[in-house]
Amino acid sequence: MKKLQKTLIDIARYPSAVIGLTIIILMMSIGIYAMIAIPYPEAIRLWRGGEAVWYQNPKNAAPAWFNYFTQQKLSETILIASFEEENPVLQKDLAEKEVIPRETGSEITLTYTFEYDYDDFPKDLIFYFRSAYNEKLPFVAVRWYTPDGREIRVTDMSIQRRQTYRFLQDTRLVRRLQGVSPDIALFADPNSETPVPLKGTYKIVIEGIVFEDGADIDAEFVLHGQLHGWAGTDHQRRDLTVALLWGIPIALAFGLVASLGTGIATMTIAAVGVWFGGWVDELIQRITEINLVLPFLSILIMVGTFYSRSIWVILGFTIALSIFTGAIKTYRAIFLQVRESTYIEAARAYGASDARIIFKYLIPRIIPLLIPGLVIGIPGFVFLEAALAFLGLGDPVLPTWGKVINDAQFNGALYNGFYYWIVQPAALLMLTGLAFSMLGFSLDRIFNPRLRGM
Amino acid sequence: MTESELVQSNEAALYAKKAASSTFNRLLRYTAVRLVTLLFTVVIGVYLTILIANMGGYVDEILKGELRQNISISVSLNPAYRDYTVEQRAALIADQIRVEEERLGLNRPFAIRSLTYLWNALRLEFGRAMQMTSDSGSKLVRNIILERLPSTLILFGLSNLVLFFVSVFLALMLSRHYGSFIDKAVVALSPTSAAPPWFYGIFLILIFAAVLKVLPFGGMVSAPPPDNWFEYSLSLMRHMILPASSLMLASLFLSVYNWRTFFLIYSSEDYVEMAKAKGLTSRDIERRYILRPTLPTIVTSFALVLINLWGGAIITETVFNWPGLGRTIFRAIGSYDTPVIVASTIIFAYLLAITVFLLDFIYALVDPRVKVGGN
Repeated sequence: MKKLQKTLIDIARYPSAVIGLTIIILMMSIGIYAMIAIPYPEAIRLWRGGEAVWYQNPKNAAPAWFNYFTQQKLSETILIASFEEENPVLQKDLAEKEVIPRETGSEITLTYTFEYDYDDFPKDLIFYFRSAYNEKLPFVAVRWYTPDGREIRVTDMSIQRRQTYRFLQDTRLVRRLQGVSPDIALFADPNSETPVPLKGTYKIVIEGIVFEDGADIDAEFVLHGQLHGWAGTDHQRRDLTVALLWGIPIALAFGLVASLGTGIATMTIAAVGVWFGGWVDELIQRITEINLVLPFLSILIMVGTFYSRSIWVILGFTIALSIFTGAIKTYRAIFLQVRESTYIEAARAYGASDARIIFKYLIPRIIPLLIPGLVIGIPGFVFLEAALAFLGLGDPVLPTWGKVINDAQFNGALYNGFYYWIVQPAALLMLTGLAFSMLGFSLDRIFNPRLRGM
Repeated sequence: MTESELVQSNEAALYAKKAASSTFNRLLRYTAVRLVTLLFTVVIGVYLTILIANMGGYVDEILKGELRQNISISVSLNPAYRDYTVEQRAALIADQIRVEEERLGLNRPFAIRSLTYLWNALRLEFGRAMQMTSDSGSKLVRNIILERLPSTLILFGLSNLVLFFVSVFLALMLSRHYGSFIDKAVVALSPTSAAPPWFYGIFLILIFAAVLKVLPFGGMVSAPPPDNWFEYSLSLMRHMILPASSLMLASLFLSVYNWRTFFLIYSSEDYVEMAKAKGLTSRDIERRYILRPTLPTIVTSFALVLINLWGGAIITETVFNWPGLGRTIFRAIGSYDTPVIVASTIIFAYLLAITVFLLDFIYALVDPRVKVGGN
């Protein structure tokens, strides 16, 4: 305990260690939060979900924090529905709904009011209608009211039980708007030469008629903004927040488990080899030499291509291939010295068992050497996982940072200017890598007095 | 010359002869043992790779399935066989599959075939690739690999050599001015090497290709390739800037830091203090008291830099679309092309074995304290 306290005081003396440790603790807390807020099955459902899950999101929208840095405020997604979702994932405003009964059926008026204070036009405008009826299709008339009081007829149509109306694909509406795309024409200031959106309160009124008793109309209005959410969206409308948040526990778990597993196994095997000597030692040395010949990355790629892309299988192979490396020779050299120490001789004299000597006397001696190595080793494994995902060999179900970068690269994010798509996961990767290596380098100096002051 | 002197000189000559022959014997025995163990290592390592590259024979099943499908489709789509009856067509398909399996050697059991692979690989007879062809259309594995070797060598060879020498010299300089601003900066920047080159590559592409539009996204030369060699090399150099700098960025600081620490440890030895006390110039101290004892380590890491060039860098090459060996291997794995995978492994294994073997002798040459085959 006292030793731990002393180590912590030592760490506090190195600013880079403090920064690294802070980032790691922060990441871990966010990672735990992510796992609680979005449970594993939910994360997978979201990440594997298609249009049905993500229809409310725009495609390839940049993150909302862009607006903090730009003069021109870009539009954000607006969602208004006339019904309440049982499981509200995204915040929605509620539209006003008025029902006037008639002899048979009723008149239903839905009013959607929203503020539009952006300097840019939206990406898309969509109505998702849902109606209940037996035989006769309900009829709706959609009118658009601009802040300066103009009324624009959007469409008049009969609707089915589930119907999607896309403003931008309605050629008749485009014709009515003199050939200007509705996302611009409906918002543009008529007094401006160049298209500039008119800021203020917009209103959409749906006047619907149902011809049967008990029939009903509901509609959800979706305005896809140029920006969306904390992290933006990808080509499948998925909110990148899910992947960025879930990437944290996955990256940390992969890095920590791989580094710890490799480190402990290497250390134990080196100790066993040195202690028993003879053919055991010889065998370990030969295996190490053979392992040096094996192409590490190629084998992992082969495993991913031929066998399984599950992150746990890859993790297992990574550890197995990383045990018998140069580190085993370093540890062996140290153990060879330690073996000759008098305290080991004393232990042998009082009849300590082999296991006792290995685990209680040999291994603890190199733990100070091991810990910095473990921490410095973590970024390598984190980036290895990202690299495999980048090559398209990422886990098929899990959302990881590497997979986001792979998606981005594959869909030409850099050519198309969707920089956020690559920069965000890359920045997180970099942050993780830097945090662990900064901490590791400082630990190295703390535990290896020879490096101190160098 | 008195009699006793004569006897003495005779004895001395005899002794020298004996010593020489014992050195020779020791050297011979050591060399033989070393060669055998290294060969053993190479054989096992390559055989393991063969097993993995075939997934213990499972890849055969994949290949057979692909073969069956391709032949069935091509026969059923071929108008020449339209008038054949179903039985005739089935017989034709079976026949073609048999021929094709024989050509690829899939009809023999995997256990035997894996040994053939091993034997051929050890003799550097790589044979033909299963699916891949080189850009010039050859199916010989040797051609496929040789075609890509220059592009890997020019990029990674050049940048790794520069990296190696720059970091060693910079480190030597820093170890002399240790504690200076640059020294502290290098120490502070060394954690940035936590990220691999491909990762910096993405950032560099983003900045210089996507945003600033001054350098190409990737590839080796502009398309179409320029005709005269001057413009060609100019274009090559333009394409090399980003990958080479990503390599540098990812390794330089850590490499300098490691070498610098290494030199610092050696320069705090007593004999260096002694040399300083004697008033030797720092150049002499560096050359004779620091570089000399560290030479084996420098040579080793230089040799490792050289052999690690083999195979290129799969991911960096993918990021930069660089047509090197790494991407060839990646493609080979993707199309289950075992001969290409095995060929690249065996060459690496041989290079490593030869280097390890030679290093023992080089140590003895550069460091008089080391005796070949001594403990």
